[in-house]
Amino acid sequence: MAQVSLRKLVKAYEGGVQAVKGIDLEIADHEFVVLVGPSGCGKSTTLRMIAGLEEITSGDIAIGGTLVNDIPPRDRDIAMVFQNYALYPHMSVFDNMAFGLTLRKFPKAEIKRRVDEAARILDIAMLLDRKPKALSGGQRQRVAMGRAIVRDPKVFLFDEPLSNLDAKLRVQMRTEIKKVHQTVKTTTVYVTHDQIEAMTLADRVVVMNHGVIEQVGPPQELYHHPATRFVAGFIGSPAMNFSPARLEGDAHALRVVLPNGTALPVPEHRAARYAPYVGRPILVGIRPEHLTDKKPTDKRNIADFPAIPEVIEPMGMETLVHFWMDGHEISARLDPTCPVSVGVPITLAADMDQMHIIDPATDKVL
Amino acid sequence: MSASTVSKAEGIYAKAGSLSSERRWALWTAYASLIFAAIIFLAPPVYMFVTSLKGSAEVANMTGNPWLVRNPTLENYTTLLSNRPFLKFFLNSAIITVCVVAITMVISILAAFALARMRFWGSQFLATGVFLTYLIPDTLLFIPLYQIVGGLGLLNSIWGLVLVYPTLTVPFCTWIMIGYFASIPKELDEAALIDGATWPQMLLKIFIPVAMPGIIAATIFAFTVSWAAFVYPTAFVTTPDQMPLTIGVVSQLVRADTFAWGQIMAGALLAALPPVIIYAFLMDYYIAGLTAGATKG
Repeated sequence: MAQVSLRKLVKAYEGGVQAVKGIDLEIADHEFVVLVGPSGCGKSTTLRMIAGLEEITSGDIAIGGTLVNDIPPRDRDIAMVFQNYALYPHMSVFDNMAFGLTLRKFPKAEIKRRVDEAARILDIAMLLDRKPKALSGGQRQRVAMGRAIVRDPKVFLFDEPLSNLDAKLRVQMRTEIKKVHQTVKTTTVYVTHDQIEAMTLADRVVVMNHGVIEQVGPPQELYHHPATRFVAGFIGSPAMNFSPARLEGDAHALRVVLPNGTALPVPEHRAARYAPYVGRPILVGIRPEHLTDKKPTDKRNIADFPAIPEVIEPMGMETLVHFWMDGHEISARLDPTCPVSVGVPITLAADMDQMHIIDPATDKVL
Repeated sequence: MSASTVSKAEGIYAKAGSLSSERRWALWTAYASLIFAAIIFLAPPVYMFVTSLKGSAEVANMTGNPWLVRNPTLENYTTLLSNRPFLKFFLNSAIITVCVVAITMVISILAAFALARMRFWGSQFLATGVFLTYLIPDTLLFIPLYQIVGGLGLLNSIWGLVLVYPTLTVPFCTWIMIGYFASIPKELDEAALIDGATWPQMLLKIFIPVAMPGIIAATIFAFTVSWAAFVYPTAFVTTPDQMPLTIGVVSQLVRADTFAWGQIMAGALLAALPPVIIYAFLMDYYIAGLTAGATKG
């Protein structure tokens, strides 16, 4: 087990393209950290640099307090699970899992003990004699995880391990991975582009964009207190609604005025924070789950929000309603029993305690 | 049912009928082409076999159908197999081929592994260069090679042939192997590196077993080229006890203008036997290996 430190880590390719632009990150012992971001944000490159599969342009990587910049992958005491499993096709499941230990000349009895133990944890004991081609996608991914577990490494690295699985299996394997981490407690760095995977698995989520870290924090913190417009839009599904707006009033009675003239009162406890932005263009952001049908509530700071539904998506446990406001698509999550029809005006309830105001000049959440 | 509906339905059936006849036509054309190709390719060995079963008198007899045997005899085979020079040619061919295949595979696998997987300056250029050397015909190369082999004192020796045959086999085998190695997912070597493998261990424990179809395809190619080589032994070997089968059969069974046709044909058939046996057993691997090379190379 070990902590992982990334200090001013840079990866530049030939031609000057910088995939990772000087990131700093401290990952604690036993921690499960998920790097998440869109394609090309530098998350996989960062993981591969930790693994030693990519050379570092500048900066430092330390694993367990040891600088590993120039140490080859085999001596970093890490194990990695790949998106396409990377199982050795000519070896049985047992041999696949035992390969790393055999190379390190572990005694046969110890190898068998470790493989059997990992197979028990992952529920693949009955597959040990099979070849990878005789396994399903989910079973292959378990074997790939087993290969990592038997090594008992300092750090587990996962590179989009669930992307090749179908939606149902992905949910199942997500739970498996969380269960395995709760059992073995090895420090884990996990890369995904799926924010739901990130939110459900991570102790801390690292949101990356264009080679830099946008925000690091526990999932709930990222969800409730995003630091930037990118994080606010990336975390959460469906994504947060954004609309240009204007702040009006003074520190005692502040209002967010939308392009269609709708005025939404700003909660008192936030007024002082936003007061300097009165009269300046801002972006207001509110998640679909905080824009709902009106129902009796004792919550304060609920504002009326008029809308004319243009697309209605019944999802079973909720109904998604989409409408356009001055060219910006806005989504709302309604109770499925709420009567709603296309083109018929309704009044929604906006939870103003959950709205975010963003400075469009810096894209920072205020 | 109205008249227009009836005619519409007929139209549909007529179309279905035309589709079926198109398929039948394609099938017959395919069979006809295959039969034609089979006749073209099988006629020479069949004629060789027929002639090898004839005595000298029957071969010389110009009357009658040459494709039929009137008095079949195994005399040509027994004469050849009891003939010491012929057995020596066979042994020479076997020694040369085994050595050439071994040398070729060691060089090709190492070269292909380096060119396909190790990133170094000029690797792409080298990979293309290796293949381009295959395009130089042996009829052009044998003159400078004669100088080299002569300089090394290996003329008139099977070891001279062992030295020069790899110039024919290594480029193509390396090219096949580059294609095959390139088709192996990169994550497999990364997983091996993380599991603790060194580059040689990765080659021996992962690449060679995974690329076995490609290796077998390359081995068969090297075997065939080496077993059937004609130009180099003709140029470099003149002493009968150092000759491989290809030139031994011709030089020993053709005396001035006297051709021992029956024995020549029997000898050629016996010489063709080892490659035929190898192809028969390893055909699936050969096709798999060549296909991988073709699509990924």
